[in-house]
Amino acid sequence: MLQKKVKKRVSLLVVLFSSSVIAIFFILQSLNSNILYFKSPTDIKNNQDINFKKKIRVGGMVKKNSLIINEQEIKFIITDFNNELKISFSGTVPNLFAEEKGVVAEGKLQDKSFFIADRILAKHDENYMPPELKDIMKKNVK
Amino acid sequence: MFKLLSLGNIFFWIEKLTKFINSIFFVLLLVALSFALILSPPDYLQGDSVRIMYVHVPSAWIGLASFTSIALLSIANFLFKIKNIKLITKSIAPIGLMFTCLAIVTGSLWGQPTWGTWWAWDARITSMLILALFYIGFIAAHKFISEQERANKISSIVAIIGLINVPIIKYSVEWWNTLHQPASIKLTGSSTIHSSMLMPLILMFFVLLLYCALIFLMKYKTEIIRIKKKNLKRL
Repeated sequence: MLQKKVKKRVSLLVVLFSSSVIAIFFILQSLNSNILYFKSPTDIKNNQDINFKKKIRVGGMVKKNSLIINEQEIKFIITDFNNELKISFSGTVPNLFAEEKGVVAEGKLQDKSFFIADRILAKHDENYMPPELKDIMKKNVK
Repeated sequence: MFKLLSLGNIFFWIEKLTKFINSIFFVLLLVALSFALILSPPDYLQGDSVRIMYVHVPSAWIGLASFTSIALLSIANFLFKIKNIKLITKSIAPIGLMFTCLAIVTGSLWGQPTWGTWWAWDARITSMLILALFYIGFIAAHKFISEQERANKISSIVAIIGLINVPIIKYSVEWWNTLHQPASIKLTGSSTIHSSMLMPLILMFFVLLLYCALIFLMKYKTEIIRIKKKNLKRL
């Protein structure tokens, strides 16, 4: 059915393509922890050799009722619903920063449960809706 | 034989299609923009900056779709050596690059008020940047390599290797922790975007797709004219 020439090209293409897929797969595999934009509190807990001097990013949900704001700093707890991490930050936060919303903090770990951030990024989730609908949903929950 | 015959024919169809798209494009653009910018509601959290999404998401889709079609056509060209495909892929590339850059720029503009940063080296954003680099590689191969056969071969290789990046972009938000949110519109299952916002998004997608087609057809026409000027009997 296929010409011999075409058959040859097909096999060349398949070999080339699959070998580059495998190569890229291994590269991504070895880079895995570096590709992660942030670590979750569980990652921090399970990690044995943490470099406390190195800047890292941690992320999770701001725990409900954990946000304390005073003159010097903003304190809150992030959670991935398994483990928690206390965070302290002084500076301005993005508009979308709020309790029960995703957040990414950049800074240094002090110990395994306390983190001092020097930058806060808000993480937006994939939900989009008009404000009226949100009000209705809130009422229904209550 | 049919290659010679098709050139004139293609020219005729390009003219017709361009005229058709031109006649409906501006009306549709007005309708889509008024839905996206005025009639659709603001988001409960982001407020009006949600409107950036109506350009950002379709641009990213078109950027990805253009590259995928370039790569698949390059594979077909490599297997069957259909000379016309070379002109098609060469004509898709610039508009694809334009939409990819548009997605990156609008994403950056959206990221500043929402996330609090213009740029983040997370998996989705970085892989999108790599897509733009593949586009640039593809175009540069055609621009700077004067020998036609060689230019064609190298650009095809760039496109085919770049194809691996496409699923990485798509699934980057699921495989790794990223700052970028996961997809709101899923191929299977319900989407997490309200219908009053989904409708303008789909509309904008079609309008931008039409624009993409228009630019592609114009570029394709130029390529054909260039071939004709060289007075070649065949491609």
